[in-house]
Amino acid sequence: MSVLLEGKSGTRHLLMGNEAIARGALEAGVSVAAGYPGTPSSEIIESLAKVSGESKLYVEWSVNEKVAMEVTAAASFAGLRSLCVMKQNGVNVASDFLLHLAGSGTRAGMVIVPCDDPGALSSANEGESRHFARLVEIPLLEPGDFQEAKDMIKWAFELSEEIRNPVMVRSVTRLSHASGNVTLGELPALSAKAYFKHDGPPMDPMTGVILSYPVALKHTRQQEKLRQAVMWFEQSPFNAYSGPQHPELLMITSSACFLYSKEAISLLGAQGRVGLLKLGTTWPLPPELMKKYLACSEKILVVEEVISFLEDEVKILAADLAPKIGSKTFFGKKDGSLPAVGELNPDRVVAALATILGIDYQAVPKIYIQRAGEAVSAAAPGRDLTFCPGCPHRASFWSIHTALQMDNRQGFVCGDIGCYSLAMLPSGYSTLKTLHSMGSGIGLASGFGKLGKFGMDQPAVAVCGDSTFFHAVLPALVNAVHQKSNITLIVLDNSGTAMTGFQPHPGLTVNAAGHSAPGIDIAGLCEAIGAGVTVCDPFDLQQTQQTLLELLEDESGVKVLVLKQICALSPEKKAKKMYEVTVDEIVCLGENCGCNRLCTRVFKCPGLNWDTDKRVSRIDEVICAGCGVCASICPVGAIGKKEAA
Amino acid sequence: MEKATLLCDPYNVIITGVGGQGNVMASRVLGNMLSVKGLQVTIGETFGASQRGGSVMSHLRISAASTWSPQIPEGRAHMVVALEPIEALRVLMVYGNPKTKVLCNTRAIQPISVICGDSDYPSLDFLKQRILELSEHAWFVDATDAALKLGNPIYGNIMMIGALAAIGDLPMEREDFKTVISKTMAPEKTEANLCAYDTGAQMIH
Repeated sequence: MSVLLEGKSGTRHLLMGNEAIARGALEAGVSVAAGYPGTPSSEIIESLAKVSGESKLYVEWSVNEKVAMEVTAAASFAGLRSLCVMKQNGVNVASDFLLHLAGSGTRAGMVIVPCDDPGALSSANEGESRHFARLVEIPLLEPGDFQEAKDMIKWAFELSEEIRNPVMVRSVTRLSHASGNVTLGELPALSAKAYFKHDGPPMDPMTGVILSYPVALKHTRQQEKLRQAVMWFEQSPFNAYSGPQHPELLMITSSACFLYSKEAISLLGAQGRVGLLKLGTTWPLPPELMKKYLACSEKILVVEEVISFLEDEVKILAADLAPKIGSKTFFGKKDGSLPAVGELNPDRVVAALATILGIDYQAVPKIYIQRAGEAVSAAAPGRDLTFCPGCPHRASFWSIHTALQMDNRQGFVCGDIGCYSLAMLPSGYSTLKTLHSMGSGIGLASGFGKLGKFGMDQPAVAVCGDSTFFHAVLPALVNAVHQKSNITLIVLDNSGTAMTGFQPHPGLTVNAAGHSAPGIDIAGLCEAIGAGVTVCDPFDLQQTQQTLLELLEDESGVKVLVLKQICALSPEKKAKKMYEVTVDEIVCLGENCGCNRLCTRVFKCPGLNWDTDKRVSRIDEVICAGCGVCASICPVGAIGKKEAA
Repeated sequence: MEKATLLCDPYNVIITGVGGQGNVMASRVLGNMLSVKGLQVTIGETFGASQRGGSVMSHLRISAASTWSPQIPEGRAHMVVALEPIEALRVLMVYGNPKTKVLCNTRAIQPISVICGDSDYPSLDFLKQRILELSEHAWFVDATDAALKLGNPIYGNIMMIGALAAIGDLPMEREDFKTVISKTMAPEKTEANLCAYDTGAQMIH
């Protein structure tokens, strides 16, 4: 039983930021929650899905973020509080609807939680959702620790209901995926009934139709709502100042950067010189509160992730307030005090602060750093990311890479988003030549496939995962079929949204709550729209490669190859070896073989090592997952596989 | 509840290893054991892409008073628990100082660069020497081998928790471990985990 439902009011628990957000939604009486999986956001919906069976709550993994936002907005329109969750780039996907929703307004509280990934720790970008709040003109909140991650959600629902518009609560990896102690509040008894009123006076926000028309009128109303939100922000418990009355330097910060800033001040012992204004309500800024603190110091340092947003807003406000507060000297991203790429940490803030305050700070004796650096370069070889042992993608990319080489026309693969993005690296044989957003691989391939008119004769291939297929591949695939683009789409179907933790998608026969659901067959769907479809097991290297070679030569339009094999980490497969794999030390010729240790030098599975003493390959029994693919790689048959007992 | 006392506040622990070794699980178990003691625990970790065979780290800040940054500042680790030996060195380079202590599992996991022949994996003796030079004290245990004897290499991370408790710098108690494990894992796993915890504790002399 989960602490999210069982945890009593007033008790204290160690919760991941995402769990705190989920509990906050439950304490706010959320009825509907939807999202699309994406690191670092996934555990919010996952935690809610786990408890949905035991509570009056509907939770779904939607096909993509735009649909998730539409699903949650419908709940709001029908009078139910709803929560919409996604990673940062999900907001891009949902933004078209969000712009219109912000114009039409909502009814019951609707909170949107995007989790940004500064430093792109698990992303192909470090884009920010904060800009969308300003772009579509909805209030933006940012929790500064784990307790706030919970408490702020409830406050956001109240604000959303006050202004009848969505409220954005932005988290970041270092809050969402970090854990801290959180004291729980009450869970309400839910009795909300869903009913969509639509026959009142057309302009009435609670009973009329819900449209962004007439645009000028609705836009005017929307801006009035923002002014209302600012009044709440002036009094918000999430904005707090600590430090002297007239500090030498005022630091303004939000989100995880609050914890870094607090630590930096403490490391430098600068508590007497620096004031720290922590903002939880970051757009629009509350001008009275800002005036009060901006007036108390001549120097301002803004600490935020990633690019300047807060800094810009503070500067605009300071320009308006200049006659009252005088001119200020600003430090932050724009003057280079802090980097405008990557994530911050206490050390980066220390460096900025030490320079501004003229403090000499050395964390560790230089000689220690030098010795440690020498030890690492001598004894700690780098650890590149690679596919897990037993991962079907390693086998798939081995075959794709091999087939393209044999085809010998400089064919290439357009990549997509998932674990298989790793195929841009040497451990995936550097197979991917482009990598952008969800569904972009097939979209780019669709374009490449029409360039024959301009002399292009390289085969264009796209890859996508099974969850990505439903999320954003379908429209581009329909386009490619309709335009008769001459391409091959390879669906790497590992039966789940593997990278983010096996969340179900529309291709599976189970839903977020674990109930059975109609699964949509990828191969059948592709056939229905007129693409030729072949299905192979990627662990069968020979058949996969033969099929691929035929598809590359086929110039009849869109060909789809579904490579179907369950993820090695999936709950049904994990820790169960299909084969016991062994290397025959006598048969293995190692460096003297014609293959020159192809298996370790090129195939590079972490479960297959090179024995430096015996000069032969060997299985690492701790790591090997028993997929048996390496047995098909060895040209002399030195690698044997036996069905595991 | 009376709060346990700490050697330093915050006391900073880094658990490091290779994606798939159970780093997150170990940090959660340790964090919950200390949280039960009434301490404020902040854990910072990354997962997702970093799980796929890369170096991983969990940062634990343990305090009687407050929440700290989920990232430990450079040079401020009091204890490094390494599930893999070269990861200990990598962490010491950034977060170590001459007073840092290290608890290190000796089982190597070869990086891809070693498997393919681009670089060499150093000898264990060489690694031990470097780690000893960079720490105030270091304990080396063969947790993976002992875990294999228990039936699953994943128990190695629980053995490291047991070993950390035996070192005695943190207020960790077997009873709290039992409470945490029985809350978070299937009941049939409790015995094996307790056994792993005890085996780990016995490795520290």
